[in-house]
Amino acid sequence: MKLLNHTTKYFALLLIVLISIWAVIFYFAMLDEVYDSLDDGLENQKELIIKALNNEPDLLNDTEFGVNNYTIKSTTISAQTKFKDNYRDTLMYMQNENEFEPIRMLESTFQQDGKYYKIKLITSMVEEDDQIENLFKYLVGLYLVLILSIIVLNNLVMKKVWKPFYTIIDRLKDFHIEKDDPIKPEPTSIDEFNLLNQSVARLTEKSRDSYVAQKEFIENAAHELQTPLAIAINRLELLLEKDELSGLQSQDVGGVLDNLTRLTRLNKSLLLLSKIDNRQYLEEEYINMNTLVMNVANDFLDFTTHRDMRLKVIRNATVNYTMNADLAVIMITNLIKNAIIHGNTGKEVTITIDASSITIKNYGKKKALDSNSLFTRFKKASSDSRSTGLGLAISKAIADKYGLQLTYTFTDQHNFMIIFPVSR
Amino acid sequence: MKILIVEDEPQMLENMRLTLEREQYTVETAADFVAASTKIGVYEYDCILLDITLPDGNGLELLKQIKQQGKDDGVIIVSAKDSLDDRIKGLNLGADDYLPKPFHMAELHARVKAIVRRRTFDGNKLIEIGNVIIDPESRSVTIKNHEVLLNRKEYDVLLYMITNKTRLVTKTALAEHVWGDHIDQTDSFDFIYSQIKNLRKKLTDAMASIEIEAVYGIGYKLQVI
Repeated sequence: MKLLNHTTKYFALLLIVLISIWAVIFYFAMLDEVYDSLDDGLENQKELIIKALNNEPDLLNDTEFGVNNYTIKSTTISAQTKFKDNYRDTLMYMQNENEFEPIRMLESTFQQDGKYYKIKLITSMVEEDDQIENLFKYLVGLYLVLILSIIVLNNLVMKKVWKPFYTIIDRLKDFHIEKDDPIKPEPTSIDEFNLLNQSVARLTEKSRDSYVAQKEFIENAAHELQTPLAIAINRLELLLEKDELSGLQSQDVGGVLDNLTRLTRLNKSLLLLSKIDNRQYLEEEYINMNTLVMNVANDFLDFTTHRDMRLKVIRNATVNYTMNADLAVIMITNLIKNAIIHGNTGKEVTITIDASSITIKNYGKKKALDSNSLFTRFKKASSDSRSTGLGLAISKAIADKYGLQLTYTFTDQHNFMIIFPVSR
Repeated sequence: MKILIVEDEPQMLENMRLTLEREQYTVETAADFVAASTKIGVYEYDCILLDITLPDGNGLELLKQIKQQGKDDGVIIVSAKDSLDDRIKGLNLGADDYLPKPFHMAELHARVKAIVRRRTFDGNKLIEIGNVIIDPESRSVTIKNHEVLLNRKEYDVLLYMITNKTRLVTKTALAEHVWGDHIDQTDSFDFIYSQIKNLRKKLTDAMASIEIEAVYGIGYKLQVI
C-alpha cells in the first residue's frame, strides 16, 4: 500500500470514530435544547391560559383535546403544593399523519375559585427516529466529503510535498551497483528529505567505491598471480624433464603441477569475468550464431564420440546478433561443454536454433537444478575438483552484458536457453 | 638458431633460457628495455620472445623498433596481461604470435618451433620424423607412403608430441593445447588418454618408427625408435 493511501486509511478510521462520538453528543445536545424550548413554550402557554381563566371561566369546560392544545379537569388532589409540574413524552393520534406521533405533554395543577384543576398542555415533538435518520444521512455525507477532500489533498498537495521522496526511491529501485554511478542528491526545501538524499548518496557512493575496489583487487590479485604461477609451473616442468627423479617423486611433482594448472585456470576465469564486467571487450561484430554453434559443436565432436554421446544441432532459423566474437564463442562453448559433461553417456545433447533463441538440452540427473544459484560463481554441481565452477557464471555474465536472457528449465532434460531480444 | 628473450622477471627468464637451450638454440637474454633495444639493433635473431611490461618501457615499442629497422625477426609476445587489446595491437604491429603467461614449456617450444619452421623451410613445409611425414598444410600424415587417417584431436596430439619430441609433455599441457583454454573438466585427461591409445594403435598398425610412451602417469614422451 502506498504511503499516501496509508495515511488516508488512518484518517478514514479516525474520522469514523470521531464523527460517531460527535454525532451522539450532538444528538443529545440538540435534543436537550429542543426539549428546553418546547417546555418553555408549554409553561408560557399554561400561564397564559390560567391568566385568561379570570376573564373567561368557560375555558374550564375544555376537557378534551380538540381544537385546543390543552384540557382542564377539576381534580380532587388537595395537596396541590406536592404536585409539581410534570413534563413527559407520550404518543397521540395525529389526524394528518394518520398515526401515533410523539408529543410533549405538561401536566400541572392550579387553584381557581377555591377549586383545584388539573391542566394538560401538549405540543408536537420531533420524531426521534426521523431525527436520527436525518442526522445519520447528513453525517455520512459529511464523512464522505471529508474523506474526498483528504484524498484530493493528498494527491495534490502531499504528492507535491513527497515528490523528492518518490524520486529517490525510484532511483534506488533501479540502482545497479555494477552499472550505475552513485546517486546524486537533488536539493529540496524539506530538511528530512535532504537528509535522506544525502544519506542515500553517501551510501551508494560508498557501496560503489567498495565494489570497484573489490573488483580491482580481484583483477590485480589475478594479474599478480600469473607470473609466480608461470615460474612455479615451468620450474617443475624443467625438474621433471631432467629425468633425475624416481617414479614416485615424478608423480608427486605431477600432482603439484596439476594443482598449479588448476589454479591458473581459476585465475584466468576470474580475470575473464572481471574483464567482462569492466567492459574490456569493446569490439563487436554481426555474428551468425548458426555458424558459430556449428563450429563449436564440431570442436566437441571427438569428445562427444569419446563419451559415447551424440551432438544434434537442429536449425529451424538463422540467428544473427551483434556482440564480441570471442565472448560469443566462450558463451556457447561453456554451455555446450556443460551439457556434454553433465549429460548421460549414450544419450544425445540437442542444440535447437529458433528465430529468437538457442536451446541446449541434455539428459542428466532426473532432478531440476537450483535455478537460483545455478549461475552464481563457484557453484559446482559436483564435487569435481577440476571444475572451476565459473563456466556458467561466465556465460551468464556475457549474456547479461549483451542483453541476452540465459534461462534454465527442467523438463525431462536440462534445458539451457539463450533468448535474443526481439528487436536489435 | 638464435633466440632473444626479453623478460624482466629473472626466474621466468632463467626457466625459458634453460628449456630453450636444451633444444640446442643459442639463447641471449635482456632484462630491460634499454638492453633489449641495444641487442635488437645490433644482432639478428630467428625468434624474439618479448615481454610487454618492462620496468623501463613497453615491449610493444621494441616491436615497432624491430619493424622500423626492416628486420624480419620472428616475434612472440609473452604477456601476463592476456589482454585482447595487447594481443590485437601486437599482432597488428607485426608480431607472429601471442603467448599469455602462464604457459607450459611444451607450449613455448611448440610456438617457437612453429616460427622457426616458418622461417627456415619457406618452400618445403613437410615435417619428417623417423618414417613419418606430416604436411601441416593439409593436416595429413603419411607413413611409408601410406596415408594414416587421424581425427582432428589425434592429429593435434601427434603434432604437439613431435614438436616436443624426446621431451616429457605433461597431460595438462597436452590437454590444454588440444582443448585451448576451455578444459576445466575431469574427462579431459581420460579423453587425452583415449586419443593417445587410438593414436598409438594407428602408429603401430602403420609400422611407424616413432612411439608415444607414458611417463609415470604424469605425461607422455615421443621417442624415435
